[in-house]
Amino acid sequence: MAAAVRRFFDSDLWWSFTRSPVTVVSAIVAAICILGAVFAPLIAPHNPFDLASLNLSDAFKPPSWEEDGAREYLLGTDDQGRDVLSAIMYGARVSLLVGLSATIFATLLGVTLGLLAGYVGGALDSLLMRICDIQLTFPSILVALLVDGVVRAVLPRESHDQIALFVVIFAIGISEWPKFARTVRGSTLVERNKEYVQAARVIGVKRARIMVSHVLPNVIGPVLVVATLNLGLAILSEATLSFLGVGVPPTQPSLGTLIRIGNDFLFSGEWWITIFPGLALIAMVLSVNLLGDWLRDALNPKLR
Amino acid sequence: MADAPPMLEVLDLARHFDVSRPLLQRLVAREGKRTLRAVDGISFAVPKGTTLSLVGESGCGKSTVARLCVGLYAPTAGAVVFDGRDLAEARALADQRRRMQMIFQDPYASLNPRWRVGDIIAEPIRAFGLVRTRAEQENRVAELLTQVGLSPLDRVKFPHEFSGGQRQRISIARALSSNPEFLVCDEPTSALDVSVQAQILNLMKELQQRLGLTFLFISHNLAVVRQVSDRIGVMYLGRLAELAPAETLFRRPRHPYTRALMEAIPDLDMTGRERIPVGGEVPSPITPPSGCAFHPRCPLANDRCKRERPEMKPAGDALVACHAVEEERDDAMPLPAIARDAA
Amino acid sequence: MSNTPPLLEVQNLRVEFPTRRGTLVALDDVSFAISPGEVLGVVGESGAGKSMTGAAIIGLLEPPGRIARGKILLNGKRIDNLRYEEMRRIRGREIGAIFQDPLTTLNPLYTVGKQLAETMTTHLPIGPAEAKKRAIEWLELVGIPAAAQRIDSYPHEFSGGMRQRVVIALALCAEPKLIVADEPTTALDVSIQAQVIALLKTLAREKGTAMMLVTHDMGVIAETADRVAVMYAGRIAEIGPVREVVKHARHPYSAGLMASIPPLDRRVERLAQIDGAMPRLSAIPRGCAYNPRCPQVFAKCREDRPDLIDAGTTRAACWLYATEAARG
Repeated sequence: MAAAVRRFFDSDLWWSFTRSPVTVVSAIVAAICILGAVFAPLIAPHNPFDLASLNLSDAFKPPSWEEDGAREYLLGTDDQGRDVLSAIMYGARVSLLVGLSATIFATLLGVTLGLLAGYVGGALDSLLMRICDIQLTFPSILVALLVDGVVRAVLPRESHDQIALFVVIFAIGISEWPKFARTVRGSTLVERNKEYVQAARVIGVKRARIMVSHVLPNVIGPVLVVATLNLGLAILSEATLSFLGVGVPPTQPSLGTLIRIGNDFLFSGEWWITIFPGLALIAMVLSVNLLGDWLRDALNPKLR
Repeated sequence: MADAPPMLEVLDLARHFDVSRPLLQRLVAREGKRTLRAVDGISFAVPKGTTLSLVGESGCGKSTVARLCVGLYAPTAGAVVFDGRDLAEARALADQRRRMQMIFQDPYASLNPRWRVGDIIAEPIRAFGLVRTRAEQENRVAELLTQVGLSPLDRVKFPHEFSGGQRQRISIARALSSNPEFLVCDEPTSALDVSVQAQILNLMKELQQRLGLTFLFISHNLAVVRQVSDRIGVMYLGRLAELAPAETLFRRPRHPYTRALMEAIPDLDMTGRERIPVGGEVPSPITPPSGCAFHPRCPLANDRCKRERPEMKPAGDALVACHAVEEERDDAMPLPAIARDAA
Repeated sequence: MSNTPPLLEVQNLRVEFPTRRGTLVALDDVSFAISPGEVLGVVGESGAGKSMTGAAIIGLLEPPGRIARGKILLNGKRIDNLRYEEMRRIRGREIGAIFQDPLTTLNPLYTVGKQLAETMTTHLPIGPAEAKKRAIEWLELVGIPAAAQRIDSYPHEFSGGMRQRVVIALALCAEPKLIVADEPTTALDVSIQAQVIALLKTLAREKGTAMMLVTHDMGVIAETADRVAVMYAGRIAEIGPVREVVKHARHPYSAGLMASIPPLDRRVERLAQIDGAMPRLSAIPRGCAYNPRCPQVFAKCREDRPDLIDAGTTRAACWLYATEAARG
């Protein structure tokens, strides 16, 4: 274990990380966002979902540094008297949960289908790639909206809130798998003709086993890059869906929900209710994307 | 040696590839389907315990033959017979598949970069269930590494920690791990430096003697082929031009292409002789010339060569596909210098 | 040969690659000269530094590689410290380059005629009409059939061997005094290789062009070169007239290298081999870099690095040829 840790800090990846200040800053920002979100119940100053602790007289408090600000509400409060900072932390938790789950779902689906298309080839390849082509002609948010709408129409109204989270995850995931499938298919086409794969075929190793134990480990590098970049996108998609009111249920507000709610008060002067969740969203997505960019360059031998 | 029963027999083997452009482009350009005749009807046999080599320039189909002989490709026509059984039938049985292995050209692509050397070598052992315990497997891997001149400690390393020659040794160890009797070697030394090439060739010859292996050896290098072969087949554009015992081929090459090929090799002894290189280039196997494929470059070509494709006919202890040899007018083309010196 | 002043002179050339784990020395103390009309062959195993030497001369070292010490003189003028633009002009006009892969030299978007004509009008005092005429002549000279028609073809319309001929025409057409050819025949089949070698030899002889021919193929060197330099681990192990080096190599490494070439005219039971492998740049041994593989190694070899010294008709970097006193 200690050896593995030492090897990591001695690796080219770590070295190129430490040489890029932008990446280090991004990593710190991302870490703050993620830690804040994950440990929200432990470190948030208030619990915005504890109705007992809400006090309507605390509504619309501006940030603490403004004239009417209260020290206990650092970033102010919303129309219900909820602490904006705490709401952001809890909201980021939902955003991150949806983004990560959707990305994992899209990765699993895309990698599996891309591997099959690339390795098996023939009609299966044509079919899967045409589906990708068609899906890529629609903006993914449109696909997500469509899936979301269909699921809502099919399922009874009562169950909406319970499954809304899964619907959003599924909708975003399904709209983004083609990127993974294409990446994996391309690398698979290269790897399947390499001689180490032929060596395995000569001794009669089963196709599924070759795909999983030989090809998969060699095509997974680019997938990590796409997945990181996709995480930012997925968080953004969720925010968009929630902003449009078709995302997560209002009982579990995400950053997108907070922005939408705050949006109603933007022109009446209570700007902090929407601006701070917006800034949090930007910080989170931007830092994750910058990390993804760095990972892409660091793993590309041609740019080294 | 020639009396030994054949380990591998190839009968009128052919393999064509569809290299047409996508349907839509084909319709736009109004062109038909295009077929690449990589291998177009060849026959030979490899007696047990001997080495048969196939030589030829790039695109002559020698690597395709190698892949057909271990079942990586299915033949378009003809048959590959492995120790009396049709290859497809033999390959369905694990204990037959175990008997054949392949060594590849590129030492960088033939080992999975994500696997440790020990796992790479053990893959065939596990695939065929040749050992029962983990300890037995480790012993076997150590034994194989020693056999190919590496250290048993190397099993925990990754391929990138080795040089090209060492990787080729790992490849050989992997091929030997299933105790095969028949090895197909596709240009095993052409990616290596010359001093390392000698190491690998020596190792392969040593292993052949010790383990009684049968080799099908593919190479573009005539000097290498001379060192390892009992019989040599010269390929041109998917067909055999000449098939002869190694010594016969170098003492008296018959086919004009064989002669041209030998004449083209740079002369290391610097006798100062002028070489007359054969003109022209290898035509595309998609649109091969009519008749004998070598006729556009052949100094002995006549009308019959343009019309009629020559079949392999005995000439001394060789088989030669050439009308000029059959008609005994091949003396018009001088023997290459190497053969002249030998005679 | 030795009384004409050299056209190219490389003096104590050292090329370094700074990496995060320290500086790798890719070439060290490389010195040689080429006279007008002379062909110098440079041989060695992959990684020995032969291509790097060529790249340093034409000013195309891959970054972060850089010349850390030494000089390169062309006609007595230093060219190793020129700016990129100046070097680019010299590269077309005075040094022609031929690489292994013809596609890296040819521009796929222009016809070969245009590329030839443009090279000539840039470097020679001739107009477009004259350039076109000469382009056809060059294509004929390098043996491209129906040159007048093929002049309007694009590089991809030529086969591999023909493309390499176009590259040769392109390297020669501005009438450079020096050609640096890096594995010019390696990608070609033997029968084409023979044609291309014959062509290069004739052209160099007729035009009095000097050539540095980098290859791992000793046969090509034996047929083409006048002198040969054998490189090992970034240094010259031996340099001398081609016949001497090929037939009576003095340095144990060149001797081993020659011996390990499989003979064409007979079958031997066991080929001579050099055990082990060339060291990586990051792990070059102390003393003579060849000492761990050398059959004639003695104490001095493990301690001190030998410089090139006279060894009969060649010069070899080997303590075997030092005086008793120097051997210690």
